[in-house]
Amino acid sequence: MVEKVRVRATLNGEPVDFLVAPYISLLDTLRDELGLTGTKEGCNDGNCGACTVNLDGRIVDSCCVLGAEIDGSTVETIEGMAEPGRLHPLQQTFLEEAALQCGICTPGFLVSAKALLEKEPHPSEERIRFWLAGNLCRCTGYDKIIKAVQKAAELA
Amino acid sequence: MVTETTKGKYNVIGTRPIRHDGYDKVTGRAIYGADVKLPGLLQGAVLRSPHAHARIKSIDTSAAKAMAGVHAVITHADFPAAEAKLVDLGEGAVNFHYASNNVMAAEKVLYKGHPVAAVAAVDKNTALEAAAAIKVEYEVLTPVTRVLDAMKPGAPIVLEDLEGQDLGEKIVGPTNQANHFRHEFGDVDKGFAEADVIVEHDFDTAMVHQGYIEPHNATATWDEEGRITVWTSTQGAFAARRQVAGILRTSDSNVKVIPLEIGGGFGGKIPTYLEPLAAILSRETGRPVKLLMERSSVFEASGPTPGSWMNVKVGVKKDGTITAATADLRFDAGAYPGSPVGAAAMCVFSAYDIPNTRIDGYDIVVNKPKTAAYRAPGATHAAFAMESVVDEICEKIGMDPLEFRIKNGAKEGTRRADGPIHPRIGAIETHQAAMASDHWQSKLEKNGPDGKLRGRGVATGYWFNIGLKSAVTISVNEDGTVALTEGSTDIGGSRASIAMQAAEVLGIPVESVRPHVADTESIGYTDVTGGSRTTYATGYAAHDAAQDVVSQLRERAAKLWDVDPEEIEFANGSYQSKSDPELRLTHKELASRLGSTGGPVVGSASVDPEGAGGAYSTQIADVEIDPETGKTDVIRFTIVQDVGTAIHPSYVEGQMQGAVAQGIGWALNEEYFFNDDGAMVNSSFLDYRMPTSLDLPEIETIIVEVPNPGHPFGVRGVGEVPIVPPVATIANAIHDALGIRLRETPMNPGRIRAALDEKG
Ligand code: FES
Ligand code: FES
Repeated sequence: MVEKVRVRATLNGEPVDFLVAPYISLLDTLRDELGLTGTKEGCNDGNCGACTVNLDGRIVDSCCVLGAEIDGSTVETIEGMAEPGRLHPLQQTFLEEAALQCGICTPGFLVSAKALLEKEPHPSEERIRFWLAGNLCRCTGYDKIIKAVQKAAELA
Repeated sequence: MVTETTKGKYNVIGTRPIRHDGYDKVTGRAIYGADVKLPGLLQGAVLRSPHAHARIKSIDTSAAKAMAGVHAVITHADFPAAEAKLVDLGEGAVNFHYASNNVMAAEKVLYKGHPVAAVAAVDKNTALEAAAAIKVEYEVLTPVTRVLDAMKPGAPIVLEDLEGQDLGEKIVGPTNQANHFRHEFGDVDKGFAEADVIVEHDFDTAMVHQGYIEPHNATATWDEEGRITVWTSTQGAFAARRQVAGILRTSDSNVKVIPLEIGGGFGGKIPTYLEPLAAILSRETGRPVKLLMERSSVFEASGPTPGSWMNVKVGVKKDGTITAATADLRFDAGAYPGSPVGAAAMCVFSAYDIPNTRIDGYDIVVNKPKTAAYRAPGATHAAFAMESVVDEICEKIGMDPLEFRIKNGAKEGTRRADGPIHPRIGAIETHQAAMASDHWQSKLEKNGPDGKLRGRGVATGYWFNIGLKSAVTISVNEDGTVALTEGSTDIGGSRASIAMQAAEVLGIPVESVRPHVADTESIGYTDVTGGSRTTYATGYAAHDAAQDVVSQLRERAAKLWDVDPEEIEFANGSYQSKSDPELRLTHKELASRLGSTGGPVVGSASVDPEGAGGAYSTQIADVEIDPETGKTDVIRFTIVQDVGTAIHPSYVEGQMQGAVAQGIGWALNEEYFFNDDGAMVNSSFLDYRMPTSLDLPEIETIIVEVPNPGHPFGVRGVGEVPIVPPVATIANAIHDALGIRLRETPMNPGRIRAALDEKG
């Protein structure tokens, strides 16, 4: 048995302190060790974006980061996006614009889109399509996702 | 854009409410199959074949079993001998002997990725290490992966026990041909003799995958009574129950399937793969066991849609009248019989009225994963062939392609080439709407920037849709809301579309309906979410269950007012006495009086409707191609579709757009790439390139509503037909741009460059 590593980080605004085996991905750490299953696995090799989280202000595929690597970092997942009782504008516009069908890609898209709007509050359609190209959706054809992001940008 | 036929007719139908399950899905709370947690849960791993075709000489599990943390290792020897009988699963049938061998190989492995053993251990890594420690000795055999090769005399035989059929006769001796059938009407020789122009070509399509983002998963327990419980992401809890029971040789009622949220299926999550393995591992360990499929195995060992070889021949008079058509459709079934060639035959000519037709269909086994349904299975292949030939005919006789399709279009009363007579359908209306569209009316500048060339293509497609069985119960709460229980797993907003139909009948807001997808012990038998049947058939059941509630509420009102129930009129959610209009209660008011009028009200319905009605989609694409590189960009795309009645237009548009996106990927990029050893070599999202947001334009939708007489609200299935025309639409657009006709998929840069070089 490999010895576990102690990790202290800020997760969705709360301090966390846990032990994790050094070979466990951040995705599995979130899902299996910390009980946050909102972050999804689509490929486990960095090619679908379903596992997108925000790590110290950058979006990353959590399947390609180790859980042990977040020591000292700030991580935001889909579970940290809404205020208690109030959805983030993107969550609201995704619902209004029917930007999800099966919903498995949705957490990843929301975390990615939030990072975009924080960086660039009024991106063009082309820019949104470029930014979200790391997130695969097989259900929607992307159209309603793009519209939902545009609508959230207009509301801001 | 929505045509106005349902406008003003309904209160709830045609509006765009927020879906009931949406809040859980945008916050990460929704529980999908992989999210299941149970006390004492063990994790599993599957060892898979590295060979496409090999005999298993021995399996040594001793080292794996001896590892610390390993609780069980199983092989096919741990499976009961399954019955070789065909059982219907709604969309497709299953032979349990083959299904059992598919989930765990017996004597032979038939494709790369075929499971040979499975492990349950304390955690994922231990399970993977143990799987790697299993020693399998193989005798490698020559694989065959292409339909035409598999049909040649002397081809490697995939299934030694296959009893092949040819036109109803049993084939003597070993064969890869599971079946050959024919549909013939009129006199094709006479029809072709009458034709002024005849076009005939061969077509070849590559195997492609549904590409759902959520991999397969299953968690199971096998208790002391021998009862099996399965948690899984499936398109049909009852279909999963039947397969698990059939493979494990127990009765359906001994298996309970709890469907979790499902991350896409498109037909590919009708078969079970991991469920029986998890159950047997639980039997061996006495603990719950969870299995997750890796993405590479999803490609290599789930159920993609076939590669095919096809020949289509069509004859027309100079005025554009079709006189005869033949099709020869040869589909690879994968390792076991059951390709969708039957459905392809039902669709290939069904957009047209053709007096003389012959269709031959072949179902051929090859060393590839067993194919499964993929959105209008088989119809996309067939439309690629037929619509390419039609496009060439239109060019030859100088006729507008939409006019040609209207002139020859199928309508109510037209006989389909495989027999049935079309009921009221909207083929012509769909073509007309395409013709009137802004896209078709706009001019396309043929020269793009930097020497790129542009072209426009059009094509149409048909899918028959299915009805099948659905059950719904509705219980009325005292506050006037209702809980709606159904058995159709919700892959893309069907809770909302079903709840809306109940709300319409009850005359209450859709927010007052709480829809819930139940397990196999909490709702009546319901077929799979597939065949574009859910909003149609489960919606039908919701309509009937809501009517049951209305009639019970009418009786309650009658009791309250001491009048005959016939005396009570129900309209817009209110119950009113005909003789004394002062006596009037809304649904909500009446609901609050249930306790004093006989207790709770529960309405229910179980349906098996016949009138699914067929659906048509006509599509227009503009492409821009770089002749230097051969790369194609789709710069504008419009989909027109007859949906009967759009219950929730946003989710109808979503089905149309999503299917087009898949179709564009199918046309331009996607393929299973096999090496000479028969192994798929591009089994990742990096190498199996599906369209990203950057690869696609906005997909414009035009909804046509020709109400289906076979449904109380006129619903037609919408999920499948939109994927039928895109491949052909793109092929025709490429021809318009470059003057080349590609008859193989994918139409990738290499193929375009080669065709341009050949053209010179
Ligand atoms: S699961 Fe991490 S990118 Fe696909
Ligand atoms: S909604 Fe299903 S993958 Fe995006």
